Amino acid sequence: MTVVLDALTVAAVVIGALFFMAGTVGLLRFPDALTRLHALTKVDNLGLGFIVAGLLLQTGELLVALKLAGVWLFVQLSAGIVAQLVAQAIVQSRRRS
Amino acid sequence: MMSFTFDTAAALLIVAMGGWIVIVPDVTRAVIGFIVYGLMLTIVWVRLSAVDVALTEAAIGGGLTGMLLINAAGRLRSARPVLRTDAPVRFIAALLCAAVSVSLAAVIFMLPSPAPSLAPLAVENLQQTGLGNPVAAVLFAYRALDTLLEKVVLLLALLSVWSLATVGFWPGLPGLRPPALAGSTLDFLARHLPPYGIIFGVYMCWNGASEPGGAFQGGTVIAAMWLLVMIAGMRRVPSIDEAWLRRSLVAGPAIFVVIGFAGMMVAGSFLAYPPDHAKLLIVVIEVALTLSIAAVLGLLAAGPPVPESRP
Repeated sequence: MTVVLDALTVAAVVIGALFFMAGTVGLLRFPDALTRLHALTKVDNLGLGFIVAGLLLQTGELLVALKLAGVWLFVQLSAGIVAQLVAQAIVQSRRRS
Repeated sequence: MMSFTFDTAAALLIVAMGGWIVIVPDVTRAVIGFIVYGLMLTIVWVRLSAVDVALTEAAIGGGLTGMLLINAAGRLRSARPVLRTDAPVRFIAALLCAAVSVSLAAVIFMLPSPAPSLAPLAVENLQQTGLGNPVAAVLFAYRALDTLLEKVVLLLALLSVWSLATVGFWPGLPGLRPPALAGSTLDFLARHLPPYGIIFGVYMCWNGASEPGGAFQGGTVIAAMWLLVMIAGMRRVPSIDEAWLRRSLVAGPAIFVVIGFAGMMVAGSFLAYPPDHAKLLIVVIEVALTLSIAAVLGLLAAGPPVPESRP
């Protein structure tokens, strides 16, 4: 049983790490701020989601699992809203110029 | 092997990041680099099992200092340079800085092995303080004077920010203004995050007696929530001479000093606690300090008083 759980954890964390790498490459390679923001946010959510999902399988304690889920939720909330704000600022500065 | 690879990679990354911050000509980039540098240091502190330090580094080094520096970089961009340093001066400055770094590194390599440590002593006497977290015991019992002075330094830092007030606008409103793009998204965050943030800040302060956390970390989180609410325009930025504000600024250091002097009479020396009530007194100090730290950090980030009509 633990072997199966471990394998699932490794798979999920690896997928998450791959998402993070893809996001970083996108951040570095995409041409302008909006597309970079797209790469960053989409991949951030999925990458962190997979890593948290992988770690959830290892907790065994409800409180720790809830804390992990809480971390994920709060990052979702703040990252999503910060992305909106950055995008708004970009659109505004484009209109001005 | 695995952890050795990770540690080496982290150390190399941090050194490279530090070098990049020094070399990069653009101030904004250097500031962003500095924030990333703070976050990487946080990971290193966690690796060293110094969770208290890691929390402080993330909150202060990465978060709040980052915000202060971004503000400063923004101001510098519109300001005329007053002083240009010549290449030789900069060369000498670089040389002196490098000398300091090299000497520090040399001292660390010259430490006897195992390095002298007061850690066993600190844990041994933990019982007397009534606390469960040795870091809190160092901060509030063994080295309480350092902690007290640190908080006074914070107040001095705020005074020096305030001393940059525009002439004729004292006392006035700090320069923090809701950005023009404040809208429904920011409103949403400012309505929904603070309840959790404030509870978390109080939890960190309360928990600091027995586990990693404490007044500084909790105060920073509460300050961040206050700033968020002000930036979203939900609460106005207070004028810097409001009585409640001044009182919260000095509450922590003042209570610390009062309890310190009371220690002279009750327990025999300045900042000593009577053994039966040590924990209670420390918690009282910590709660008051959390309030003051939140107020100081929030006002530091809000900036000096400026004219109302600034765009």
